[in-house]
Amino acid sequence: MSTPALAVNFVLTGVGGQGTLLASNILADVALAASLDVKKSEVHGMAQRGGSVISHVRWHPEAVYSPIVGVGEADILLAFEKLEALRYAHYLRPGGTAVVNDMSIVPITVSAGGAVYPGDEYLAPAFAALGTTVLTVPGERLAQEAGNVKAANVVLLGALSRVLPLPEEVWWTCLEQRVPQKFLELNRQAFAAGRAAVEQRPS
Amino acid sequence: MKRILSGNEAIARGAWEAGVYVAAAYPGTPSTEILEEFSRFPGVYCEWSSNEKVALDVAVGAALAGRRAMAAMKHVGVNVAADSLFYASYTGSEGGLVLVSADDPAMHSSQNEQDNRRYASFARVPCLDPSDSQECKDFCIAAFNLSEQFDTPVLLRTTTRINHSSTPVELGERGEVRPARKKFPRNAAKYVMVPANARGRHPVVEERVERLREWVETSPLNRIEWRDREVGIITAGVAYQYAREVFPTASILKLGVVFPLPAALIRRFAAGVARLVVLEELDPVIEEGVRLLGLPCEGKSIFPLIGELDPAVVRRAGATAGLPVDRPPVPRPSIPLPELPGRPPVLCPGCSHRGVFQLLAKKRVAVSGDIGCYTLGFLPPLSALHFCGCMGASIAVAHGAAQAGLGERVVAVLGDSTFYHTGLPALVNVAYNKANILLIILDNRTTAMTGHQANPGTGVTLQNQPTDVVELEPLVRALGIKHVATVGAYDVKEIERAYRELMATNEPAVMIARQPCVLLPESRRQWVPLEVLENCNGCGVCFRIGCPAILKSDEIDPVNNKPLALIDKDLCTGCEICTQICPHDAITTRDQMRLLEDSDHSSCALMPPGGAQ
Repeated sequence: MSTPALAVNFVLTGVGGQGTLLASNILADVALAASLDVKKSEVHGMAQRGGSVISHVRWHPEAVYSPIVGVGEADILLAFEKLEALRYAHYLRPGGTAVVNDMSIVPITVSAGGAVYPGDEYLAPAFAALGTTVLTVPGERLAQEAGNVKAANVVLLGALSRVLPLPEEVWWTCLEQRVPQKFLELNRQAFAAGRAAVEQRPS
Repeated sequence: MKRILSGNEAIARGAWEAGVYVAAAYPGTPSTEILEEFSRFPGVYCEWSSNEKVALDVAVGAALAGRRAMAAMKHVGVNVAADSLFYASYTGSEGGLVLVSADDPAMHSSQNEQDNRRYASFARVPCLDPSDSQECKDFCIAAFNLSEQFDTPVLLRTTTRINHSSTPVELGERGEVRPARKKFPRNAAKYVMVPANARGRHPVVEERVERLREWVETSPLNRIEWRDREVGIITAGVAYQYAREVFPTASILKLGVVFPLPAALIRRFAAGVARLVVLEELDPVIEEGVRLLGLPCEGKSIFPLIGELDPAVVRRAGATAGLPVDRPPVPRPSIPLPELPGRPPVLCPGCSHRGVFQLLAKKRVAVSGDIGCYTLGFLPPLSALHFCGCMGASIAVAHGAAQAGLGERVVAVLGDSTFYHTGLPALVNVAYNKANILLIILDNRTTAMTGHQANPGTGVTLQNQPTDVVELEPLVRALGIKHVATVGAYDVKEIERAYRELMATNEPAVMIARQPCVLLPESRRQWVPLEVLENCNGCGVCFRIGCPAILKSDEIDPVNNKPLALIDKDLCTGCEICTQICPHDAITTRDQMRLLEDSDHSSCALMPPGGAQ
């Protein structure tokens, strides 16, 4: 029995305050707009104070049961920060895809302690060892070019949209509803830049 | 119309549709959003009460006045409110009364992972256990009907993965809102719980449980899903979702009511399957109930007792026990990685608690802490908090240690909201029984950890009505504390001066360190990122205050051979704690940064504060 193309398990990771919650909200909206069943799960409270955060979103054409994704069961890892990408890499299934923001946020254990932030050289081998694809997206740079560095999460959604079989309009309609009117154009450009970043990659 | 709602939003919606007029709560993860959401509906009264017991009493009072009323809290909040839950079970009420308990398996944001289904059998009240947002809404409405049908409080018990997961919900309309009674009920036998009357009520309560046992046999909140009869799984709450996911071929008895259990229904289900298994998160509550019926079953012999379940955990445990899993579990892959640095939650850049904690760390004093953002003061590099138990415990624990004759003075620290919550009676005790502790109230004018809810020091209510602030200084003095000092929480010198002065008294003393939380909108508008100046020599003193905005730069001081400090402009808020503790005046002040902005940025050579005069 093959898995339907739109049965997708997402794990979103980042650092508290980076906008992972908005991204998971839009992923849930997109599922409803595409007539899929959807569940979304996140953790609030203490972890939000600059800690490591994880959200789960699950799509299925018929029925989603568990609201959370188990280890080794994510089709897509959307990481807003590179250390968090590595920390949650094991959530991906073999053949899954990691969309990783090219962004490092140094944790206090490094800046005020003896720990070492892992270099970029670990990214490719880590995801290769899992049998997964990794797409690195310069979220902050593209968002800055679009007009505001804070739109990095929308850049990442743009990149993510490119690896999923849904028309671009569905994404855009959902984004429009969550974004203030005066930032529409900025977010449209940020989204397009994210899509282009993935399209331009040699396959 | 279907909308994606979190469990908390769905509970609020359910309460509104059920015609609830009064809701009261104290914020606590994962329950907080229930009241935040409920406050957005028209035609309701709701409040942040000063603690969970107060919240439940408020709900009881509203229910005695004939309204439908709800109290919501996290699992440990029910401990605080338990005294009220137990009398309310005896008295019942006039209008429907529902207590929402949000449990936190895995302790995402809690000090323990108690299973509050236990409270239902303990207090003899029915317990509903929803498994998604639709059920959160439906069960909330059902709970009010049940409460009025049986004259009992109803426990609506959820878990983090229910509260904070979002699933599609069919919305309904607002139901009938019962008006308040004209008169308070005058029925001493039912509502005055002195021994003579309570003895009359206990049989009523037990008889009510028996009637509930009959009712639950045919309740639509429980259902059997017959599939293959080889394995039958009894489950409830979010565990039901994992059962459907991982054991798609198994028959399932899905319980929506976990107290009392439907004995006949369970017997019928058990008789229809070859192997009976209970899948539940945390305690073996259902399993024990099934065993009491004399039915052999498996449960915690297969699935973990501790922590959260998830599909992978259930699949691994199920496969090991020979249950029919959907697919074989995958072993955790090995990834070529060094040990990754942890990213614990931290006191934010600009946190108004940092000034006090850097002093406490420097003084190496014993600190009895409490529940809030400031608990994070225990983490390195500050490591300045040595005890944290539950809400309000800081003060009396320090008091007890002092009265025991401990060889060092103990400082208690707690936040403004926690002080109003349960700090007050403990401080009365300190004043009256005269322990020589120093209490530091970290007054950031909000309930920060749970997302900035109002408290009696804020000046607005949950429904955005202005109200009078309950000022801390006169309150503390009125409790009998003679030595009280208020300091600005960003003023390092002032904090130390007050600390020395108060510690010199050897009597009960209170320092109020005040500064609105740096994440509040009015604080954000005043952020000014600072810079490290050229005279930094990498001494590392600023690294010890644990500010995420202070980084080690790639530049190494040639003399010290240590990395220079670097301030992340995107994170720094300009609290100036680092400016004040830097022994070399190598970090700018806010005023200097403003000057810098006013002048032509390129040509301005910054002077250290001492040299600028």
